[in-house]
Amino acid sequence: MSTPLKQIHLAAHFPGVNNTTVWSDPAAGSHIEFSSFAHFARTAERAKFDFLFLAEGLRLREQGGNIYDLDVVGRPDTFTVLSALAAVTDRLGLTGTINSTFNEPYEVARQFASLDHLSGGRAAWNVVTSWDAFTGENFRRGGFLPQDERYSRAKEFLATATELFDSWRGDEIVADQASGTFLDDARAGAFAHQGPHFDIAGQFNVPRSPQGRPVIFQAGDSEEGREFAAAGADAIFSRYSTFKEGQAFYTDVKGRLARHGRTRDQLLILPAATFVLGDTDAEARELAHEVRRQQVSGATAIKHLEFVWNRDLSAYDPDGPLPDIDPDPGEHTVARGRAQVRMYRDPLAVAREWRELAAANKWSIRDLVIETGNRQAFIGSPATVAETINSFVQADAGDGFILVPHITPGGLDVFADTVVPLLQERGVFRTEYEGTTLRDHLGLAHPGTGAEQERAAS
Amino acid sequence: MSESSSTPLHLAVALDGAGWHPAAWREPQARPRELFDPAYWTDVVTEAERGLLDFVTFEDGLSLQSSHRTEPDGRTDQVRGRLDAVLIASRVAPLTRHIGLVPTVVATHTEPFHISKAIATLDYVSTGRAGLRIRVSRRRHEAEHFGRRTLPRFGPEDLDTPVVRELTAELFEEAADYIEVVRRLWDSWEDDAEIRDVATGRFIDRDKLHYIDFEGRHFSVKGPSITPRPPQGQPVISALAHQSVPYRLVARATDIGYITPHDTDQARATVAEIRAAQAAAGRAAEPLHIFGDLVVFLDDEPGAAAARRERLDALAGHPYTSDAKVFTGTPAQLADLLLSWQRTGLTGFRLRPGVIGHDLEAITRGLVPELQRRGAFRRSYEADTLRGLLGLARPANRYATV
Repeated sequence: MSTPLKQIHLAAHFPGVNNTTVWSDPAAGSHIEFSSFAHFARTAERAKFDFLFLAEGLRLREQGGNIYDLDVVGRPDTFTVLSALAAVTDRLGLTGTINSTFNEPYEVARQFASLDHLSGGRAAWNVVTSWDAFTGENFRRGGFLPQDERYSRAKEFLATATELFDSWRGDEIVADQASGTFLDDARAGAFAHQGPHFDIAGQFNVPRSPQGRPVIFQAGDSEEGREFAAAGADAIFSRYSTFKEGQAFYTDVKGRLARHGRTRDQLLILPAATFVLGDTDAEARELAHEVRRQQVSGATAIKHLEFVWNRDLSAYDPDGPLPDIDPDPGEHTVARGRAQVRMYRDPLAVAREWRELAAANKWSIRDLVIETGNRQAFIGSPATVAETINSFVQADAGDGFILVPHITPGGLDVFADTVVPLLQERGVFRTEYEGTTLRDHLGLAHPGTGAEQERAAS
Repeated sequence: MSESSSTPLHLAVALDGAGWHPAAWREPQARPRELFDPAYWTDVVTEAERGLLDFVTFEDGLSLQSSHRTEPDGRTDQVRGRLDAVLIASRVAPLTRHIGLVPTVVATHTEPFHISKAIATLDYVSTGRAGLRIRVSRRRHEAEHFGRRTLPRFGPEDLDTPVVRELTAELFEEAADYIEVVRRLWDSWEDDAEIRDVATGRFIDRDKLHYIDFEGRHFSVKGPSITPRPPQGQPVISALAHQSVPYRLVARATDIGYITPHDTDQARATVAEIRAAQAAAGRAAEPLHIFGDLVVFLDDEPGAAAARRERLDALAGHPYTSDAKVFTGTPAQLADLLLSWQRTGLTGFRLRPGVIGHDLEAITRGLVPELQRRGAFRRSYEADTLRGLLGLARPANRYATV
């Protein structure tokens, strides 16, 4: 007997402040007007996607002491735009990336619980951490958190928020007009949390929301991040979209679940993935190369090299050879406000490797950045891309993908119109939403009301 | 009684749960089980928009509602629990077209950076209809929800003690700094900062983005905002004020102050105090609205509103009182009162419906036509933005050097 096919989960990442977004294309629209978000969300919902995803950045990125101006700059407030999107969609999940360092549990818990009410149970929270004093300059506390405490704060933040979500059982509001009883329990929302990061107590003021708690995402890739996810997240936003890396990550993280008393289906792994579609595979490959050249201008290539070199390289010609000076191995000072620089842990070795590659292939600086940078994950005709995505999921390189189009807001349209129907034909992607909440779409259990939990425990 | 008024009134409605009377939720028209459902809020704001109102405010707070001024009351016979006001406003924005949306924000426990971008985003999703109503929180139990600052324990009888007066002054100072940061962040992008210059590869002209470099006693904020300047440039900022300290905040930093006079003499005196403080703050030339707040129970039948209020009081177990004057009568009587109070220098009114399910329609379908007949209220929306409805020009950017 053959095993049944896994059902694929698909989500849409709104393009924006990153170097995959091509703003120079004539088709590229606003990254801030609500009409762009509404268009994008409606496309995702028309295609029966699981959810829409918004990233976060709480300080404009800088390089060489200046605000970085080569990528899209500017984004809306996550909660506010997701709540507005709840008005123009019915079923699509709404996932917001919200920092646990520059927020407080009471406020964030009430924002997510409110969003879950206002969307009829479609809210999800991608919990991220930061620690840098650079971002802290925009907030009351400044750069208060040592780097090694960011996960301990994130863990306690999430645990505290969970206590707040669970502080209402869900059946307290009786609103009996005749007897005049609104609440059947004067202690509804009562909580008390004491820990190294938070010492708070009182009453939470948002009644239990349709999903009980928002779906929890995690995105960090470190050992601590993986453990954090395995211990309590519902889904991971991962960066491993190639087959081999995806499988390795999947095996590693799913393998951790048993130790936390969880089953393999309680944590979904959803890599971020870019794509380029063409009528034929050859056409798509050509288009993909063009997109890469749009994404990496000469100026962008120099800036990218500076992430590794940690020096001002503005005097270098992007169409010329790599710098012959070595990277500055000291503390990274050139680029601020981006996670990317931490990917290059040994800059001297990276520089050596890149010089060899460039010499062997006769690559300029720009060629090198284009060739070594993030190639699109899925390139091909709709049939090829559908087949590839399906084979990745069936082989456990992921449970689905969070797609990152390079054009705002129409970059998802062609995928919705051409690839999704092929996945549906294969029986691996829903043709209609079966439930109303994001937990339903993701096949995650509802946490149940506090009352049910109490009954189950007694 | 004059039949035509030279200056049209501005009208807003303050939304809170099922209405401002504590027993409002027990009225047949109330929908107490739907207070956490978006359809309720959409219906209510749509009704306000049908009445051509300037804007609605949404109450909010960072603790359960309480009938007690300084502590939780543990009561279960009144509406308890509420959704985040900014998110309610944003949820109804795409479903309405003209009406201003003004959520309440607590300055004492939140981040000005987050709120600035949230209201800027509300302005984007409503295409220029966002405002905010700022408030401070002196409640010790609210501070304990955050664990970041310890406020002194005090009761209603201590409100005039030096400790509480000092605390109040400090929290309002902080709120003034908060507003300053929020406003600077809105201006931290010039309107034409996004250039998308393909030739040079630059998405923005970074010379048109500005650090705000705010340093105050309670916080420092570097900037710029992550959100570009909102459609209105500066969304509308408002505050409710009952005494001199908040009057000065209104005069210094807001576009609308809500005051709670109980008669025309009080209205005249408070307007004079705020106008003097406005001049002292060097803002005499800037438009500043002063709205009178009134709780309203309205019925066409003379005596019916009073009877209804009595019935609600009986359900609540005590007579309803408020910081604002409680008006009970017919829409025509309310129109008389508003026009007479307007002559004290008030530019508009924020009405708090006793029962939203009843008194909101009495405002939109009773009071508004009455005011229109008297030439005192708009017959159609004349502007696309909240600033436009309030007669406020789109302000120049403080950082633009043109």
